[in-house]
Amino acid sequence: MRRTFKAALGAEVAALALLAGLASAKAGSLKIESWRNDDADIWNSKIIPAFNKQYPDIKIEFAPSAPKEYNAALNARLDGGTAGDLITCRPFDASLALYQKHQLDSVDSIKGMDNFSDVAKAAWQTDDGKTTFCVPIASVIAGFIYNKEAFAKVGVTEPKTLDEFHAVLDKLKKEGTYVPLVMGTADQWEAATMGFQNIGPDYWKGETGRANLIAGKEKLTDAQYVTAFKEIASWAPYLGSGFQAQTYADSQNLFSLGKGAIYAAGSWDISTFRGQAKFGMGAFPPPQPAGTTDCYISDHTDIAMGVNAASKNKEEAKKFLEWLTTPEFATIYANALPGFFPLAKTPVKVEDDVAATMVGWRQACKSTIRNSYQILSRGTPNLENELWNVSAQVVNGKLTPEAAGKQLQDGLDKWYKPTK
Amino acid sequence: MPEPVSNITVQMPRAKRAGLLLFFLGPAVAIYSLFSIYPLLATMALSTYTSDPSGARSFVGLANFETLLGDALWSKPFWNALRNNLIFFAVHMCVQNPIGIALAGLLSLPGVRLKGFYRTVMFLPTMLSVVIVGFSWNLILSPLWGVAAGALKAVGLGSLFAPWLGLESSALVTLSLISVWQFVGIPLMLIYAALLNIPEELIDAARVDGLGQFRIFFHIKLPLVLPTISLVSVLTFVANFNAFDLIYSVKGALAGPNFTTDILGTFFYRTFFGNQLQLGNPTMGAAVATVMFFIILLGLCLYLFLVQRRIRRYAF
Repeated sequence: MRRTFKAALGAEVAALALLAGLASAKAGSLKIESWRNDDADIWNSKIIPAFNKQYPDIKIEFAPSAPKEYNAALNARLDGGTAGDLITCRPFDASLALYQKHQLDSVDSIKGMDNFSDVAKAAWQTDDGKTTFCVPIASVIAGFIYNKEAFAKVGVTEPKTLDEFHAVLDKLKKEGTYVPLVMGTADQWEAATMGFQNIGPDYWKGETGRANLIAGKEKLTDAQYVTAFKEIASWAPYLGSGFQAQTYADSQNLFSLGKGAIYAAGSWDISTFRGQAKFGMGAFPPPQPAGTTDCYISDHTDIAMGVNAASKNKEEAKKFLEWLTTPEFATIYANALPGFFPLAKTPVKVEDDVAATMVGWRQACKSTIRNSYQILSRGTPNLENELWNVSAQVVNGKLTPEAAGKQLQDGLDKWYKPTK
Repeated sequence: MPEPVSNITVQMPRAKRAGLLLFFLGPAVAIYSLFSIYPLLATMALSTYTSDPSGARSFVGLANFETLLGDALWSKPFWNALRNNLIFFAVHMCVQNPIGIALAGLLSLPGVRLKGFYRTVMFLPTMLSVVIVGFSWNLILSPLWGVAAGALKAVGLGSLFAPWLGLESSALVTLSLISVWQFVGIPLMLIYAALLNIPEELIDAARVDGLGQFRIFFHIKLPLVLPTISLVSVLTFVANFNAFDLIYSVKGALAGPNFTTDILGTFFYRTFFGNQLQLGNPTMGAAVATVMFFIILLGLCLYLFLVQRRIRRYAF
């Protein structure tokens, strides 16, 4: 029954919390809460040993949960007083809520915080931007990764403009060996994150449009948003057959098996592809729409770390956070996890060529974060959920770009009143 | 004839009887209260509260229910989930249970060989983890590498293939059928057991009267296992309205495309635990869970008063 399901879940969370509590009680040792269970190896074998070279007395334990359960499990542990000393922060409201509940401390006093730009810190600040409560670790960049062999075989080159992009897709489709564009709509977020948010910033001028949306000066029914939807709607003929049932894992496999030519990508995919793909890969930023000169990329702040306000080892925890602001950490992190880009101002040398290409876009293009993340996904209906839903429908051809914009704006209007 | 048990207990001293009752019923009552009744009541209590950003909770009476059923933002997804859930249930009733009955009827025929083998094979999917079932069917039906497209093409029906799990028109029915495939073993087993309980004399008498196996099944066996069939229906109803795992493992908490596979379980999950940027809302989630409880309660009451009382049981 539903209640037994809930009770079981509650009991499980409580039991986990209890175990975690027993494990973390030792003084002078730190425990890190994280959803990056994929990276446990890298934390244990590279990052923590590097920190211990400088601070041999501070013992650190990396204790990740599964990404899907992280928020629920972390909240339960924080409420029960058994959470670890260092909390990996989700961007925006999930972490802001923790700060408002006095479960995270401010990190403004930490040395090295001035090594981050305001955009880098925005995801972990109060709405007025006065207090920062997590130290930014990394962002992820959206763009397109392509199969170099496929491009060579079909005789096309990296497209700069949308017209060129469509010409490349047409040529790939005509040639027929490869699925021209790899993206599925079954999981919905691909269409939103790697579709709409990927190519969109060029239309709404990145941060300018994002700020205007929050200020109520632009609406999602405006031309720049509808045109972005029109663009992703035009991708349908180039996607693999049955893309409506193609999941994210299917997309990854389709591309890494060499069956696809262009992959609508997030930089976090790089490490997966490095392990599996046997062909050369390149990356190009979202092609520019006709008539635009400035380029914008989705350079999304995704991961940070803060101190549990109830921690008994705050001194040690702050030392660790301070170390997170150093170029030493940034270099280790960027190269151990290609595709997660450090946010510090000091440039970091990235060895992986695809990752280096993607982070290189920061020089030529302006960075922006996904426009649904700050403030606008705070109410019901939730803008991010809505965006997943309508983006998938637009690509599926079930919803017109105009109707998509209208549905998003109507939903937003129901609860969001911009402060003028 | 031995003395009926009730007489023995009546003659016992009061204290001893109470002690005996406590000994036998106590553990069950305690465990059931702790893990079922208490969470149920706590959920209902939680549904009358609301929480502010600092995490403090305040009593709001039935306001959550008014929002859930009265505010289009909540009621639209709620009715959508309920409607999808009814379709989910209808598919199980129309496909799973008839197939279960038919298979049980076939298995109970005299002279069927390899009975044990068939029974095991048909019951196996029920014992698989839902995650594995979801994953396997996702692969089987995948338009990219699934065997479904190839199999259809091999028999000349390739044009019938579609990415069923991804289309608004077919996703829910496809998922329902996957669930049917998984759980058909349960009606099969229950009805098979009931069929085995029918005394041989009845069947023999019917055969002497000249009835074939087909008519024996419809005129003798089926009426005799009706109580079991109604039990199976109730189990299906309760299980379907609490279903969550298959949809979640195949389509995620957002139950796409366009919420066409959203059922009450996924709607509850999204509300209670949140999704991506949507923060979980435990008090509203508790309200959804409470409404689900009453829907199931209502269904069970209807069954008890309208069906259960009219069922005639035969004692052999």
